[in-house]
Amino acid sequence: MSANLSAIFYLISGVLFILALRGLSSPETSRQGNFFGILGMVIAITITFLYIGNFSAGFIYVLIFLLIGGSIGAFIAFKIPMTAMPELVAGFHSFVGLAAVFVAISAFLNPEVFNLGTAGNIKLASLIEMSIGAAVGAITFSGSIIAFLKLRGIMTGSPITFKGQHLLNALILISIIIVTYLLCSTQSSNLFWILIAVSFLIGFLLIIPIGGADMPVVISMLNSYSGWAAAGIGFTLENSALIITGALVGSSGAILSYIMCKGMNRSFFNVILGGFGATEQSFANTGKEQKPVKSGNAEDAAFLMKNASSVIIVPGYGMAVAQAQHALREMADTLKKNDIKVSYAVHPVAGRMPGHMNVLLAEANVPYDEVFELEEINNDFANVDVAFVIGANDVTNPVAKTDPQSPIYGMPVLDVEKSKSVLFVKRSLSPGYAGIDNELFYKENTLMLFADAKKMTKDIIKNL
Amino acid sequence: MEIDPFIFRLSIFILSIFIGYYVVWSVTPSLHTPLMSVTNAISSVIIVGAIIASLAGNSENIFDTANLFGFLAIILAAINIFGGFLVTQRMLQMYKKKKKDK
Repeated sequence: MSANLSAIFYLISGVLFILALRGLSSPETSRQGNFFGILGMVIAITITFLYIGNFSAGFIYVLIFLLIGGSIGAFIAFKIPMTAMPELVAGFHSFVGLAAVFVAISAFLNPEVFNLGTAGNIKLASLIEMSIGAAVGAITFSGSIIAFLKLRGIMTGSPITFKGQHLLNALILISIIIVTYLLCSTQSSNLFWILIAVSFLIGFLLIIPIGGADMPVVISMLNSYSGWAAAGIGFTLENSALIITGALVGSSGAILSYIMCKGMNRSFFNVILGGFGATEQSFANTGKEQKPVKSGNAEDAAFLMKNASSVIIVPGYGMAVAQAQHALREMADTLKKNDIKVSYAVHPVAGRMPGHMNVLLAEANVPYDEVFELEEINNDFANVDVAFVIGANDVTNPVAKTDPQSPIYGMPVLDVEKSKSVLFVKRSLSPGYAGIDNELFYKENTLMLFADAKKMTKDIIKNL
Repeated sequence: MEIDPFIFRLSIFILSIFIGYYVVWSVTPSLHTPLMSVTNAISSVIIVGAIIASLAGNSENIFDTANLFGFLAIILAAINIFGGFLVTQRMLQMYKKKKKDK
């Protein structure tokens, strides 16, 4: 197949990928969008085979490896519980990154096949492009591995910081630029390996100081990186499908990071430089312990809800940890049978990745038109009888609106305290991720329900 | 003077960033998780490069170093393609409206 014809087909698959993202603008069109994505991928792969036109023994091996990878992927996709989506996505990012590194290495070792010149004498532009692809790919890989380990709980979710961290990172970033420059002028393969090694290192160092609740930003950022890595390789291979996709994914991840940062009222650099709350923690925990708290049990909660006419449920990461979403939906069903209006309020940074809560609620068969975003529902709290906060904390803290001293001041929060009464399911009074006390605990109209989220919800159902 | 093909690729790249920007802003926030998994799947179109890399070179030695990296990249990208699209499909199946419920 001629290069021109195959380029047109790559363009078509690029367009199909755009349509795949476009489909996600509403749940009705989303499944069709996903189909477009699959179609685009099939076209891209088929065209590549036809373009190479080499159906020798190597082709069989390609198919075999494709099937091996494919079955592993399919197996994971069907087995993974929905609560594990954040770590799955982080893991997948690491694969994209590593694949980019491998393709770059292969292109470096064997530039002739990609029309990039000969080994030791690669075209300058191609060398720069593949260096960028390899470096960004390596950063994506090691960064995503750390994110994966943190989300899985294998590694501590709290920030790991040490003295001189920022200086070290800055030095490494500068050295990456120098190594790339030297690599381009000498074409030395040793420098290429050094570049990749140093990039792995910086990816690792960039993510370790970032804490668990900042993961939505990190995952989105790594999503963006994986796109830029793919685009870099796309330039090397002169492949428009790869360039278009890389640009789409890159900007998609960047927008998600932006939305997540806005949801926390923090600048991107503030998150990336890490260690949120580490400095404020000591101040926040002092002098507030002795305030009175009203605590109740499932019976009290059930009584309050039975007499309500409307309930807003505010889910957070704690619900995901306790896997309480199914119990929660059962509770909502029971309430609805008693003609109580139920809706859900989801904060943009609730959970560990963008849209985390929505997926879990969808898994529990909560219809998506009962689930609302912060801006859509925030005014309704004033007219609602009961706000049921389950596993969320910082995103409901009124301090963000009142106390300019607070580290979360200015963060958009759900106006939970405006509802007639607040039920707050939590295991203990411990402060949330930001390390600050939640004023809501001590409000007159708040009833604390100290228990595991799932168990408490089930107990409430029994009492309804 | 003739325009370097690189400039055309750069144009595609820049324009695609803008397309991405507007398309992604129109994605409803409740579908942000599927958005991430589907972008994951489509960025694995990098498999195109992996296939070229693994079929490169002389056919006597299928497994020289450069090809080997290509094969490894194929496995990784294939995991992502199948895993990414299927898990997205699985998630999207769950987003339903009220209707037949209860």
